[in-house]
Amino acid sequence: MSAAALPPTGIPASTGAQEPNYLNWSYTVKDWLLTIDHKRIAVLYLVSISIMFLLGGFAAMVLRLELTSPHGQLLTSEVYNKMFTMHGVLMVFFFLVPSIPATLGNFVIPLMIGAKDLAFPRLNLLSWYLYTIGGLLALTAMVTGGVDTGWTFYTPYSSVYSNSNVSLTVIGIFIAGFSSILTGINFIVTIHKMRAPGLTWFRLPLFIWAHYATSVIIVLGTPVVAITLALVVAERMLHLGIFNPALGGDPILFQHMFWFYSHPAVYIMILPSLGIVSEIIACFSRKRIFGYSFVAFSSIAIAVFGFLVWGHHMFVTGQSMYTSMVFSALSFIVAVPSAIKVFNWMATIYKGQVWFAAPMLYAMGFIGLFTVGGLTGLYLASLAMDVHLNMTYFVVAHFHFVMVGGATLGYLGGLHFWWPKITGRMYPEGWAKLAAGISFIGFNLTFLPQFVVGYLGMPRRYHYYPAEFQVWHVMSSAGASVLAIGYGIPVIYFLWSLKYGAKAGNNPWGAVGLEWTTTSPPPMENFHEIPVVTWEAYAYEDESEEQAQKDREDMPGAGAAVRQEAARDTEEGHPQGHPAAE
Amino acid sequence: MSVEVAETHEHYHDPHLQHQFQDMDQQNESYVVGMWTFLVTEIMFFGALFLAYTIYRRENPAVFFEVHHHLDVFKGATNTMVLLTSSLTMAMAVYYAQMKHRQKQMIFLGITILFSFCFLIIKGFEWKQKFDEHHVPGPSFSYTLEVPEGAHGVAAKIPPVTPRSAADMRVEFPKDTVVLDYSSKAQLFFALYFAMTGLHAFHVVIGILVMGTLFFMLMFKHPSVDYYMPVEMAGLYWHFVDIVWIFLFPLYYLIPGP
Repeated sequence: MSAAALPPTGIPASTGAQEPNYLNWSYTVKDWLLTIDHKRIAVLYLVSISIMFLLGGFAAMVLRLELTSPHGQLLTSEVYNKMFTMHGVLMVFFFLVPSIPATLGNFVIPLMIGAKDLAFPRLNLLSWYLYTIGGLLALTAMVTGGVDTGWTFYTPYSSVYSNSNVSLTVIGIFIAGFSSILTGINFIVTIHKMRAPGLTWFRLPLFIWAHYATSVIIVLGTPVVAITLALVVAERMLHLGIFNPALGGDPILFQHMFWFYSHPAVYIMILPSLGIVSEIIACFSRKRIFGYSFVAFSSIAIAVFGFLVWGHHMFVTGQSMYTSMVFSALSFIVAVPSAIKVFNWMATIYKGQVWFAAPMLYAMGFIGLFTVGGLTGLYLASLAMDVHLNMTYFVVAHFHFVMVGGATLGYLGGLHFWWPKITGRMYPEGWAKLAAGISFIGFNLTFLPQFVVGYLGMPRRYHYYPAEFQVWHVMSSAGASVLAIGYGIPVIYFLWSLKYGAKAGNNPWGAVGLEWTTTSPPPMENFHEIPVVTWEAYAYEDESEEQAQKDREDMPGAGAAVRQEAARDTEEGHPQGHPAAE
Repeated sequence: MSVEVAETHEHYHDPHLQHQFQDMDQQNESYVVGMWTFLVTEIMFFGALFLAYTIYRRENPAVFFEVHHHLDVFKGATNTMVLLTSSLTMAMAVYYAQMKHRQKQMIFLGITILFSFCFLIIKGFEWKQKFDEHHVPGPSFSYTLEVPEGAHGVAAKIPPVTPRSAADMRVEFPKDTVVLDYSSKAQLFFALYFAMTGLHAFHVVIGILVMGTLFFMLMFKHPSVDYYMPVEMAGLYWHFVDIVWIFLFPLYYLIPGP
């Protein structure tokens, strides 16, 4: 290990190439599959999660195609049920839950806190294997007959009546659940024990706070859904009727235990995105995040309150009215920390020097869509309103606004933001902006009509519907195709950039996090020397004029982003600062 | 000791220090925090089942009371003693691990493993009895309610009429009266019993595998077990398994009359 101290920012782009880094020290398959380096594991996760996302997206396209006609001409009802189950299971358990923590979190957390690796590297690798095994089992179940219960596996349908591959799918999810438990434990220990000297809790980037809150939810929630689903399998295989009235049990208990995890699980999906957006907003507004501690504690508050609201999924299941009232009130309370974040981001952007790079576009799209998704959540948290809207497309639209418009846009924003760090290459900025725009438009076209058609009474999970709803469904399906293009473009240019992208340099965005002080791609143990932190997070305004000037000059990636079409080959081209710096 | 070494920045490297940690202190604390976090997930794992048990027992106090007489309190109590003692021997093993006394570590780990097998064997006899009595949930399950002459008095109160509605039930029958199908509730009791003791027994098996691995590592003087942490972690796990049983035993074997 070299003892040379690294300058805090900005090594010129051309020097990074020959240094050994986590990507080029070895190219064998064995060194990838048996790696215990968090960065390589993150890349493994990135690949497997992207495959799951494509498969889940394929199922979604089939569904949307089917729904263009009110009489369901493409699929039989049985296949339709299996298709939406496949879409739900893959997207929820194998994409959304692990997406950001296992890829970006895995990659960035040790870098952000100045650690050489996560606390338990071998556990981290094990978690990827469990994820893969779980995913393969679930896919096997889907290929060999499918599951028709919906991703919620409600009893007694899943335990008594369904003749599809419920057990195998559930076992796959159970195993994948342990993969996320291991990730959660790893993150909690890493964040508690592995921070660099001087990196106090309130100097941590908000991405870390968000992941801490996420990990707490994972650790407390996932075991419950694991045992719940295990009991469904136990009933199918061993006749333990804990959820079966004929055997003395109660199917409603399944829903309580399922939603005890699965409601907090939506915060597992969204909290990391909230963390990413905090990073991006601060960086691209060149300002310290407004109300740092409020944003940090709002993550914790979401994690805490998120555990107390599961009953709002069960307003129409015969749950006591008074229980429902309490759950309804608590659901309104959980909106408060979410709103705190949105307001603080707006206050951060206000009078900031905003730079509309692609990650920022994704982040702003996120804010808009997350707000709509969150506010429609309040409609559903209102008791009387929910009786009308429950199990309609309004619910579908609501959670897709949060999960797709929120979590997935945040994921893509984060992927663009850290792509230069992960690969050492810039993605093509123009294409990225275009893709962000297309995704945003396609997304709204897909899911806004679903609010309307849901309000008009279109139930979810049906593929026969009255002809007057067709126009809304056709709009939605058209939007889904646009959205697919918006997701397809990044896949292509990310792959392209691996070989042809401009060299990014260490800190293309002029950001201040610790992850930007090391080389891109980072060396095997992340830092040549463990950094000592003496500054606050997001110290964008603390930099002296001199330092700011130096940053601008040393910002090759910013230049790269702008100039790469014009002068990709020349290393001499004067790096331009971002627009705000001029 | 390792703290001072780290603080004086000498280039001493403990052979057990993993590459991702700065010093042994950080490593040991990380292991402890990690293990406790894992135990939290285990608590939530069992917690869901304890919740199910609590709800169903609250709903069917009389049935649960009646049915629990079919569990063998003597075997359960013996198993409790066995597990508690094994926790003591495990604690001794951890103590000798910290003292770096290989021989005694092996002795106490060995005794702990023997106790665990003892627990599983007694458990096996208990379960076999359930199979013989058709008390295992499934198609062959049968439960015939014996009404001992006025002994408990609850089952005897079952009225001959079937209630027509929930309102009927609330008005006409005393709270602890059993009006639903008795056999299905008895089956539910045994379903919970097998789910929870089964999951616990599974944890005992895992514990045996962990302790057995450590035992053989000690036997062959594997360098990893010069370091006390692995045994300490196994100890934490084993105490957790013990504590779960300490809750299971009274909840199933010692239910008080309603």
